[in-house]
Amino acid sequence: MFKKILIANRGEIACRVIKTARKMGIATVAVYSDADRDAVHVEMADEAILIGPPPAAQSYLLPEKIIAACLETGAEAVHPGYGFLSERASFPTLLKQNGIVFIGPNSRAIEAMGDKIESKKFANAARVTTVPGFLGVIESPDHAVQLANEIGYPVMIKASAGGGGKGMRIAWNDVECREGFQLSKNEAAASFGDDRVFVEKFIVDPRHIEIQVLGDKHGNVIYLGERECSIQRRNQKVIEEAPSPLLDEATRRKMGEQAVALAKAVDYDSAGTVEFVADQNKNFYFLEMNTRLQVEHPVTELVTGIDLVEQMIRVAAGEPLSLKQSEVTLTGWAVESRIYAEDPLRSFLPSIGRLVRYRPPEEGSDGDITVRNDTGVVEGSEISMYYDPMIAKLVTHAPTRLEAIDAQADALDAFVIDGIQHNIPFLTALHQHPRWREARLSTGFIKEEFPDGFHPLTPAPEDRRILALVALAVEILRRDRLDNLPGRLRPHNGVLREDWVVRLEGEYIHIKVPSGFVGVPVEFSAILDGESVETTVSSRWFPGDLLWVGEIGETPVTVQVRPVLNGVELRYRGATTIAKVLMPKTAALDALMPIKAPPDMSKYLLCPMPGQIVSIDVVDGEDVKAGQTLAVVEAMKMQNVLRAERDCKVKACRAKAGDSLAVDAVIIEFE
Amino acid sequence: MGGGQKRIDAQHARGKLTARERIEVLLDADSFEEIDIYVEHRCIDFGMEQTRIPGDGVVIGSGTINGRTVYLFAKDFTVFGGSLSEAHAAKIVKLQEMALKNRAPIIGLFDAGGARIQEGVAALGGYGEVFQRNVLASGVIPQISVIMGPCAGGDVYSPAMTDFIFMVRDTSYMFVTGPDVVKTVTAEIVTAEELGGASVHTTKSSVADGSFENDVEALLQVRRLIDFLPINNTAELPEILNHTNPDLLDHGLDTLIPDNPNKPYDMKELILKTVDEGDFFEIQERHARNIIVGFGRVEGRTVGLVANQPMVLAGVLDIDASRKAARFVRFCDCFNIPIITFVDVPGFLPGTAQEYGGLIKHGAKLLFAYAEATVPKITVITRKAYGGAYDVMASKHLRGDFNYAWPSAEIAVMGAKGAVEILYRDELGDPAKIAARTEEYKRRFANPFVAAERGYIDDVIKPHSTRNRIARALRMLRTKQLTNPWKKHDNIPL
Repeated sequence: MFKKILIANRGEIACRVIKTARKMGIATVAVYSDADRDAVHVEMADEAILIGPPPAAQSYLLPEKIIAACLETGAEAVHPGYGFLSERASFPTLLKQNGIVFIGPNSRAIEAMGDKIESKKFANAARVTTVPGFLGVIESPDHAVQLANEIGYPVMIKASAGGGGKGMRIAWNDVECREGFQLSKNEAAASFGDDRVFVEKFIVDPRHIEIQVLGDKHGNVIYLGERECSIQRRNQKVIEEAPSPLLDEATRRKMGEQAVALAKAVDYDSAGTVEFVADQNKNFYFLEMNTRLQVEHPVTELVTGIDLVEQMIRVAAGEPLSLKQSEVTLTGWAVESRIYAEDPLRSFLPSIGRLVRYRPPEEGSDGDITVRNDTGVVEGSEISMYYDPMIAKLVTHAPTRLEAIDAQADALDAFVIDGIQHNIPFLTALHQHPRWREARLSTGFIKEEFPDGFHPLTPAPEDRRILALVALAVEILRRDRLDNLPGRLRPHNGVLREDWVVRLEGEYIHIKVPSGFVGVPVEFSAILDGESVETTVSSRWFPGDLLWVGEIGETPVTVQVRPVLNGVELRYRGATTIAKVLMPKTAALDALMPIKAPPDMSKYLLCPMPGQIVSIDVVDGEDVKAGQTLAVVEAMKMQNVLRAERDCKVKACRAKAGDSLAVDAVIIEFE
Repeated sequence: MGGGQKRIDAQHARGKLTARERIEVLLDADSFEEIDIYVEHRCIDFGMEQTRIPGDGVVIGSGTINGRTVYLFAKDFTVFGGSLSEAHAAKIVKLQEMALKNRAPIIGLFDAGGARIQEGVAALGGYGEVFQRNVLASGVIPQISVIMGPCAGGDVYSPAMTDFIFMVRDTSYMFVTGPDVVKTVTAEIVTAEELGGASVHTTKSSVADGSFENDVEALLQVRRLIDFLPINNTAELPEILNHTNPDLLDHGLDTLIPDNPNKPYDMKELILKTVDEGDFFEIQERHARNIIVGFGRVEGRTVGLVANQPMVLAGVLDIDASRKAARFVRFCDCFNIPIITFVDVPGFLPGTAQEYGGLIKHGAKLLFAYAEATVPKITVITRKAYGGAYDVMASKHLRGDFNYAWPSAEIAVMGAKGAVEILYRDELGDPAKIAARTEEYKRRFANPFVAAERGYIDDVIKPHSTRNRIARALRMLRTKQLTNPWKKHDNIPL
């Protein structure tokens, strides 16, 4: 076994690999760029080597820097993580030339699977089902119809040179096929100057299901079940699970055996993933093979109990697989949510910056429920513009799918992130979505269920009740402390006030508190307006704690509590709301207060994300047309072009090129 | 009650509460002891003898806020538009004298039309009496004014001499002369809101210390402010039960200072992570945002915080920032509230606008305020402390009790680049040499240790232990005794 390995990666995956290496008694070397000086993976590793400036192309993507770091530290092997150099076929060869072992598959396998056509050929040879189609050039409409009938409708006609949906047509019958062929050909010619088109089976409501395989250098390959990753947003996976709710044992075995056959065909000798697209009738077709550890590997680890990184290291060191196929069992259900630094309310624009607060839920097992959080950040870390905006992977495991999903929702409630925007509200909304819970999935899920993006959630009626009581519990404690201020005219009588009003979502909820104990822990009974029974509220929460954990009646509840002016902001089940607790008389007067319309911001162009102004493309007094470029803002290395939503006239530009702006800062004012 | 249901309804229609409703929100339930309810004006001119309303446009009395005594007067817009008569003024004076004698805070709720013109000089005399008592009470008991409607002419100067002014957005305004007079005299056309609305006074003029959305929000915040304050200048600091673990280290702070010395960071994060429960009552939040001032608690006891804000103008000291902080420091010193200062200051703002505006004297106000303050003073230099601004910001030389620095602190006359450009002017043509000199200067001075060697810095502390160290220092300083030489009063450069 190796004595020391280097991890040619950063962030959560570097930390993940270091953890396993440490468990195996292997010393670790981290590499880092200037932007990652204070990163967690650098702290965790036994040694760390600086390999260059922040851009990955000048640091993490340079094999020679990695090799130099290995030689300097005496690392015997390199784990590439995912991304960066993990699937660069020349990298293992380079390492080998320097006497360093690559913890991953051999170069030939990477090369073969990295090429779309090559990998299909291998797949066909290994009798792996691929999407039926005709890759040659179609001669005529008649030819197209003939091919379509052979394949079976629906079919997709695609430009050979295509991309981005251009020159793509779906046909459900001969008429549409003829029409589609012509349209596709014309569009292809116009868009790409190349009118060749091909035809393949169109899969309705496809699902993304992938098989984890594991091979060694002795020709053994096994599969470790599947993962379903159908919840995607713009081809980026958002939620993954293992096993797939679609598969039965027979299909699983068929897919697994095909995946193993393909892996064997390329002498695959590490952990890898064979991706399939499946239709709702469990027909599945090979897509591609990823010759690396996948981001979503933890769900497989939790259902199989196998540490994939450990297996990768062992097989890289030449050990034969210690597991036989028959020993692989899938237990329970695992679900993973990817927590991204992006603002779901602003069409998921990246949100970079400092993690002012970062308090992930507690990891570990409680009864049947396991919570695992793979992350590469701590409080105070910076989400930089240079790298992937993933903050963490929250994984839960439970005996059943629904329990694992509920555990996700609970863990997300307790996940505190401040300083940047993140997709936790969106993830929470997904976990509560009936279609997800019923496992009626397809890769179009998010597009279909959130057609015009994600909108802020408001608390459900039952949740409002819970939130009102939490707000009351917080306020009762706050008041109690002030009731004991020194310098009082006379001591407080110690009697708990009975009448309270909570203002929440524009509603005044009257609550009676017949009895209770105020302090830490707090426990009182409450009767809400219109209810006849008492609800007991209890918690060990103390002022200043960001998480209110307690029980409302029989229900265990975790609510995030942040102080705001005269009230608290509560976050629960993906919804954020403000609650104010008032004395009944004050509440009656509060109801007299005017409701002010928020200021009209339509006259302003606001900065949609924290970033730097690259250019202001208009001048004061200019008449602009809808769609005209107003300004360009750069954030996370992405240039975002801000265009006029309608015809208007520029009153004044409030920012200039080079300015660093906060979110919602005014860039341009219109007349 | 008040000026009758019709006028009360009109008051509500304007989005405002009546004087008595405001008192209801401000004070603890059933704690209000009203006095002088039978007072009426004695004016017999201009038909005033026909209308006499008990109370005469101002409600006065005492009550409690979380059990602690406060005195308050609330102008009643429903009675003669809240205008000030001789009798009305006499009520306020009576209350001021009670508050001063009994050493408890006084709160004024303003919503009034100025002097009662029918009374002529008697009303003016009334104002003068009120002003005189404002001054006598200043520094003895906290005085708070809330502007909840019009406040013009003679009415503005009583609030102006109190410790804090808060305004209600959209329904209140304050000015010496109103839009009509402005138009007659200067031909300038301006609305009341543009002339003296909450936005003007919280951002531009700095007359107001804060503004709130409506009457209820404003009054609840006054309650919150009172909870932070001692009731008079000899009273104990209020102390509440604190649940935050005193040994908690905040490792997230270790990365607060960016690697790039020119990159800003949000000083408010340090403040919120230093005070108990992140509970910070900011004063003048929207004015001179390059400096932050406000109240918080450490281990349950009130502290005043002053901090340069690198996010705005790099945290530079200018006229507005100096005045804002100086006034706050003096308030804290009046009422024995310890002052915590976080320093990241690149110096004073250069330029004709500042020099013509008298930056020398305004900057001196802050210097003066820190130097005369005898309360516990704890200073933490997080990054830059350059030039004279280093001295000003509660340095050791101004009797700082505990002066700490983070390892990232740079205490020097100026930044390395500027220093080298002056020291090695003749080498400016040679970038390599200049770079080497800059590096040398940085090594020598861009750290806290040169200052620490001289004892100007008591200790270099890890950012994560900031709250701990401040809490410990405050515990040690509870019994601090320091008095300035006897004087009638000092002569701060006003």
